Amino acid sequence: MAIANYLYLSAILFTIGAIGVVVRRNAIVVFMCIELMLNAANLAFVTFARINGNLDGQVVAFFTMVVAACEVVVGLAIIVTIYRSRRSASVDDASLLKL
Amino acid sequence: MINLALDIGTTAGPESVLFYFLAPLSILASIGMLLVKKAVHSALLLAWVMISLAIFYIAQDALFLGIVQIVVYTGAVMMLFLFILMLVGVDTSDSLDENIKGLRPIAITAAIGFGGLLTSLISRATFGRPTSVFIDANSAGNANAIAELLFTKYVFAFEVVSALLITAALGAMVLAHSQKSRSKFAQRDLSIARFRKGELKDAAGLPGPGVYALHNAVDVPALLPTGKAAPTSISAVLQARGDIIESSKFQLQAEEEEK
Repeated sequence: MAIANYLYLSAILFTIGAIGVVVRRNAIVVFMCIELMLNAANLAFVTFARINGNLDGQVVAFFTMVVAACEVVVGLAIIVTIYRSRRSASVDDASLLKL
Repeated sequence: MINLALDIGTTAGPESVLFYFLAPLSILASIGMLLVKKAVHSALLLAWVMISLAIFYIAQDALFLGIVQIVVYTGAVMMLFLFILMLVGVDTSDSLDENIKGLRPIAITAAIGFGGLLTSLISRATFGRPTSVFIDANSAGNANAIAELLFTKYVFAFEVVSALLITAALGAMVLAHSQKSRSKFAQRDLSIARFRKGELKDAAGLPGPGVYALHNAVDVPALLPTGKAAPTSISAVLQARGDIIESSKFQLQAEEEEK
């Protein structure tokens, strides 16, 4: 099996995550799809680290994980705040600026 | 078009078996994530995808990242997701039908194009040839090697990330903190609201549930002086759940006693 198969898997997972962000309406599910995209990028980083034979890719993947953790904390706090004021976790309901 | 792709090496037999077993499962799980209706099921499927990615990391000599993936993602982040799901309400209806007309076909077409672009790019790209440096880099242990890189070459990025973590924690606290704009609705306010409602029928409060010796009374409506059941005597929660018991059998006994 070629090592590049990991990259193909990462591309497929990233694409599926992107579809989810566009199609799903529950804000929490949209968030989970963003996590899936970040994870797919991480898999690509780890595979590139292996291909290039140094650990820089793994360090970048580690930083991605930290940033993803921050993003989840702030994003979920935003979802809870929106839910508290609008009683809904759907991204289509948070449309105050729409005419 | 010239194919510039170099052979970037193949993996040993056991790893390819692992890959061909886990990769389809993780793709299926991530597709299922989009199709299932309940957000909790999506969270469980995502946890599965993350665990299989952790196994891939470990298979690719990234032992530290694999463990961190399991501890941070499936441990902390997914638990946070489930926690927020419980807080927001699992039963909040999430309909799968599209709100914007034609969004779904457009999204899927664009995604297939994007995926095709990515895969064709990967198949044409020129990667460096794998060297034996990786085994040297991991010789002192994967965690040690990563720590050495983190605290020498990437020490500035490491400090910036620590500032980011503190900012995120503070931001979450500020967002989650709610200042009440009015005082809590107390018994006095409820009483005032009852009298100001217009009609004084319920001014003395709603009737309590029926008290019968034969049954736990909270889910049985009380009887009005006319002999009819009073639906307002039951909690709205029980009514919504359908956990109400007919009071007619108790009613019949009362009539018999009267005779």
